[in-house]
Amino acid sequence: MRELAYYEAKFEALEEIMAADQRVHLINGTFLSLSPHRHVFQTLKSKYGERMISPPISELGFCGLATGAAMAGLRPIVDLSTGSFIFEAWPQVANEAANAYSMSGGQTRVPVVFHLFHGLRGGGAAQHSGSPQAMLWNCPGLEIALPSSPRDVKGLLKTAVATDNPTIFVDHTRLLDTRGEVPEDDKAIPFGVADVKRKGGDVTLIATSYTVQVGLQAAAQLAKESIDVEVIDPRTLVPFDLAAILTSIEKTHRVVIADETHQSCGVAAEIAARIAETGFDKLKTRIRRVSTLDVPVPYSPPLEAHIGPSEARIMDAVRAAVA
Amino acid sequence: MAKKKENLKELTALLRRMWLIRAFEEKVSALYAERQIVGLLHLGIGQEAVAVGACSQLRADDYVYGGHRSHGHAIAKGADINRLMAEIAGRASGYCSGKGGSMHIVATEAGFITATGVVGGTIPLALGAAFAAKERKKRQVAVVFFGDGAGQAGPFHESLNIASLWRLPVIFICENNGYAEFTPLSAHTKVARLAQHAKTYAIPASTVDGNDLLAVRDAMQKAVAKCRAGKGPIFVECLTHRMRGHYEGDPAKYRELSQLAQWKAKDPIARLARALKNKKVMNDKGFATIEREARELVDKAAEYALASPWPDPDAVDTQVTS
Repeated sequence: MRELAYYEAKFEALEEIMAADQRVHLINGTFLSLSPHRHVFQTLKSKYGERMISPPISELGFCGLATGAAMAGLRPIVDLSTGSFIFEAWPQVANEAANAYSMSGGQTRVPVVFHLFHGLRGGGAAQHSGSPQAMLWNCPGLEIALPSSPRDVKGLLKTAVATDNPTIFVDHTRLLDTRGEVPEDDKAIPFGVADVKRKGGDVTLIATSYTVQVGLQAAAQLAKESIDVEVIDPRTLVPFDLAAILTSIEKTHRVVIADETHQSCGVAAEIAARIAETGFDKLKTRIRRVSTLDVPVPYSPPLEAHIGPSEARIMDAVRAAVA
Repeated sequence: MAKKKENLKELTALLRRMWLIRAFEEKVSALYAERQIVGLLHLGIGQEAVAVGACSQLRADDYVYGGHRSHGHAIAKGADINRLMAEIAGRASGYCSGKGGSMHIVATEAGFITATGVVGGTIPLALGAAFAAKERKKRQVAVVFFGDGAGQAGPFHESLNIASLWRLPVIFICENNGYAEFTPLSAHTKVARLAQHAKTYAIPASTVDGNDLLAVRDAMQKAVAKCRAGKGPIFVECLTHRMRGHYEGDPAKYRELSQLAQWKAKDPIARLARALKNKKVMNDKGFATIEREARELVDKAAEYALASPWPDPDAVDTQVTS
C-alpha cells in the first residue's frame, strides 16, 4: 500500500472534498499552520481560488459568518489555525453553532467544520498551545474529531464535511510529517469508531491526537520490558466509541489514558469517568491519567517538555498499572 | 406620511400586521401575568412599525435574523402565530418543539432563520446567509434586527467591517430604542446614532423615525433595491421605543413617566390609523374591526398553545446531533 505523509493525506482530502462539492468553502489560513509544506496549497488555490477566502483577523465575525452560511446551505471549513484562537469565536461556536439544531427543534442544520491545531508545539507558550477540545466536549451539539495518522486525517476530514453537524476538527502540528499507509481508494471514516492502533494484552492505553504517536513509541519501548500494550485511538470524542474501549479492558483489565488536554475536566477525565461508571468491575487496578499538568503552558523548552504527556510519563503510568 | 398615492389595500395589510403583533404580545404578557407562560420574555410593544415596515419589502426566500425581542420580527416575516405561541408556552407543537422559547424563535418555513438570546449574536450569522445568497445568485438578501445595545459589542463591529469589505447583501436594521437592557444608551456610548458606525465602515446608512411605518417601509424599499442589485450592505437605524420594561416583570424605574407619555403619543399603530383617517380612507369602525380580528386570532393561538401537549422528557436528547 502507498505511504503518505500526514500533510499530504490531509491536502489530498481537501482537494477531493473541494472537487466533489461546490458548497465547500475554505475560510482562513492554509490548514497546514506555519509548516514548510504549506506551499502545497498553491495548487488548490489555482483550482479553487474563488472558494478559498481570506478574512480579516475577526475570528468572531468569520466563524459566525461560516455558521450562518452553513445554516443557509453551504458547507464551510474554517481554519482557526492556532486552537486557542477559537476563544475569540467562542460565542458563535459554543452558543450559536452548537445549540442551533436542538434549539430550533430540528429545523436548523449547521454543517460547518472548525479546524484547529491544538497542543504543545515547541515554544507556543500559553496563548498558542491550547487544547480547547475538552471545553468543547462540554458543549452538546458539536462533534469532535481528532485524527492521529495520515489515513485517519483523510477519512475523518471527509466525514466532518459530510455530516450535518457542526464539527470541531482537532489537528496537531507535530503530526504533519508523520508517515503512514493511505489506500488509494480511501473512503470516509465514520465518526464514533475507535481504532486499535496496536494490539496488546497487558494494558489498554487510550490516547488521542499526537499523543497516539507518543503512546505507540512508549508501547514499543515497553515491549522490550515484556509489557504488551494495546493502544486505542477513539478518533472522535463526539460520538464516542466506549464499546471498543470496554472490549479491550475486558482483555487487559488495566487502563492508562494519555491526552494533551489539561488534567482537570480534561479529555482523560471524561474517559476515565465513563470507564469507571460502566467498566469498573473489569478493572484490576485504578485508572491512570497522563494529561498536561494544570498550568498555563510555559514557553521554555524544558518547562514545556515537563508538563505534557511525554513518552516517559506514559511509560511510568503503564509500568505502575502492571506492577 | 409619504406624499405619494398610497395603496389602501397595502396599508390595511400593514396595519393588520402591526395589530397582530401588538395583540400577540399583549396576550403573551397577560398569560405571563397569569403564570400560564413562564420563562424569560422580552416584549417589543411600541416597536411594531420597524418589524412590519421592514419585512413588508422582503421576499419569502429572504433571510431574517432577530434577537431576544423578536416575536414581532417573526410574525412580520410570516411565522404562524399558533406555533409561535405554542413555542413561547413551551409546548411540543411549538416551532422549536419547546426547546427554544421566546428568545430563540426559529421559523425557517417563513424565512425567519433564527433569533438569539445573545445581544448581537445573529449579526455574524446574517453575514453567512448573505454570503450563501451571493454564491447562489438568486438575489436574496439577509436582514438582521438588533438593538442599540448591540452597537457596543464585538460581533457588530467585526460584521460591519466584513460585510462592507465583501459587499455582502445584508441589511442591518438597528432598532434604537434608547435603552440597552436597563440603562440609557448615553450610559453605554458617546455615539448617539448607531448609523455613525456604519459610515465608519463605509456602509451607506440612514436614520429614520422607527415609529412611522411608512418611513421605515420607504427606507427599506430603497435599501432592498440596492442590496438586491449587488451594491453591498446597507444600514438602517430606526428610532423607536419599547413601551414595556426590558423583560416582563421589569419595573423599569429607570425610565421617566414623561418620556413614556411622549412615546405613547407616537404609538406607531395609532399613528398609521390617524394618517389613514385623515385621508378618509378608513374610519373608526374599520380600525375597531382590524383590532378585534387580530385579538380573535391571537386568542385562538393562545387556546391552541395551551391545549397543546408538553414535550416528552424522554425525547430531550433527540436533535442534539444528527
